[in-house]
Amino acid sequence: MHAKIALKDIKKSFPTEKGLLHVIGGIDFTVAEGEFVAIVGPSGCGKTTLLNIVAGFDRPDQGHVAVDGAPRNGPSPKGIVISQRGSVFPWLTVQQNLMFGLDGRRPDRKALADYYASVVGLTGFEKGYPHELSGGMLKRVELARALVVKPEILYMDEPLAALDALTGLQMRIELLRILAVERHTCLLITHDVEEAIHMADRIIVLSPRPTTIQATFDVPFPHPRRLASPELVKIKASILREFGL
Amino acid sequence: MRKLKQILAPLAVAAIVVAVWWIAVVASKSVIFPTPLQVVTGTLDLAREGTLWSHIGSSLFRVGTGFLLAVAVGVPLGLLMGWVGSAFAMLNPIVQILRPISPIAWIPIAILWFGVGDLSPIFLIFLSSVFPTIVQTAAAVHTIERKYIWAAENFGVSRSKLFLQVVIPAALPQIIVGMRVSLGVAWLVVVAAEMIALRSGLGYMIIDSRNAGNRYDLVVAGMVIIGLTGLMLDGAMRRLERLKAVRWRYAR
Repeated sequence: MHAKIALKDIKKSFPTEKGLLHVIGGIDFTVAEGEFVAIVGPSGCGKTTLLNIVAGFDRPDQGHVAVDGAPRNGPSPKGIVISQRGSVFPWLTVQQNLMFGLDGRRPDRKALADYYASVVGLTGFEKGYPHELSGGMLKRVELARALVVKPEILYMDEPLAALDALTGLQMRIELLRILAVERHTCLLITHDVEEAIHMADRIIVLSPRPTTIQATFDVPFPHPRRLASPELVKIKASILREFGL
Repeated sequence: MRKLKQILAPLAVAAIVVAVWWIAVVASKSVIFPTPLQVVTGTLDLAREGTLWSHIGSSLFRVGTGFLLAVAVGVPLGLLMGWVGSAFAMLNPIVQILRPISPIAWIPIAILWFGVGDLSPIFLIFLSSVFPTIVQTAAAVHTIERKYIWAAENFGVSRSKLFLQVVIPAALPQIIVGMRVSLGVAWLVVVAAEMIALRSGLGYMIIDSRNAGNRYDLVVAGMVIIGLTGLMLDGAMRRLERLKAVRWRYAR
């Protein structure tokens, strides 16, 4: 039985004017089918670079990534990225965005798009353009556009960081509700420890650059979780201690 | 009320310009330079005769043809240069060499190749507007945000779908800006081209009015009509920017 995602000794550096900048200094971990893993780390530690490598948009200098046991060569619809900056196409309506990833010959594409629009609470906005929507609604469009193609993996790069605290929390709870049904394998990059504890089965803490795995925490508690429960507060304290707080 | 203000303010500026002009002509006691009233009566005479409309029509026809040809050639070429790195490396130097040559410099060659009919000015307009179109279209493709390309690649779409449904629509707002600039240049050039040799068009009307008895009222009338027509052409292009599929790129 293969792991869903397996990283083996990933290293990456970027050339700069002052010589090589070592960003990732050797990272190994695996994610099981249906597991939700969160990666937290200090800002600028290479979290996004790591996710880009796992999702197939960047190549490691050393080591390799395998998805379902096969080496990863570039992006694929098997795993969709949802990022902080958002990449909803502003020239398409909400419905056209949702249908973008589907084969144009599929007769059920409209029905599928409308179904996922309703799943994320976008019903009534299908004909609208992205610039007419709020930040929270845009996030829903991006999420629905990913879900429509039924990806096995969701790669999330600080997906809720651009939202205000209340909208972010609301989206987090909705995301958990959807994941409980669809059971994707999830890899979440975040700097928000609470978000990680709220959502993930396992939390990997990264060190500053060149980043390696500093600690790993299991969060073996069922959903819905109460962030104020003693167990979760204790995990949060331990993670913050890893950051020297 | 706000709409009224938007129209009133520019009208007030225009009124001041006309007033200064009028006062200057009266104060200087010029016998040749026309007052605004003389320009208006001269224009009305021409309009009644019908020659004014045929001059405007000829100029618009030449600009329209030359500009559309430039868009038909420039946009595909710009898209190719923007999207394919080797095409840019190969074609950009020649584009940058030809671009700064004023269309006026091409006039002798245009007459040599196409004579003094409609083709010469159409050729000159094509030349003047094709380079800004190419350069702006290529730049529009170069400045597409990578996140959109990545998102499309993530869904595993075909190259043709990526090009047709992501690259072109992402670049379109900037392409339209380029077309606006090109149309402005085209209109600038048609008048110059018609001044050389032709029997119709606003440029011809201006030169002819001066040669045929110093009718400076008609010279200025021609200038004002060129300006107003340019304003209307730009207004028409700006309507394109209101389309919902391109609105996202413009701040206002």
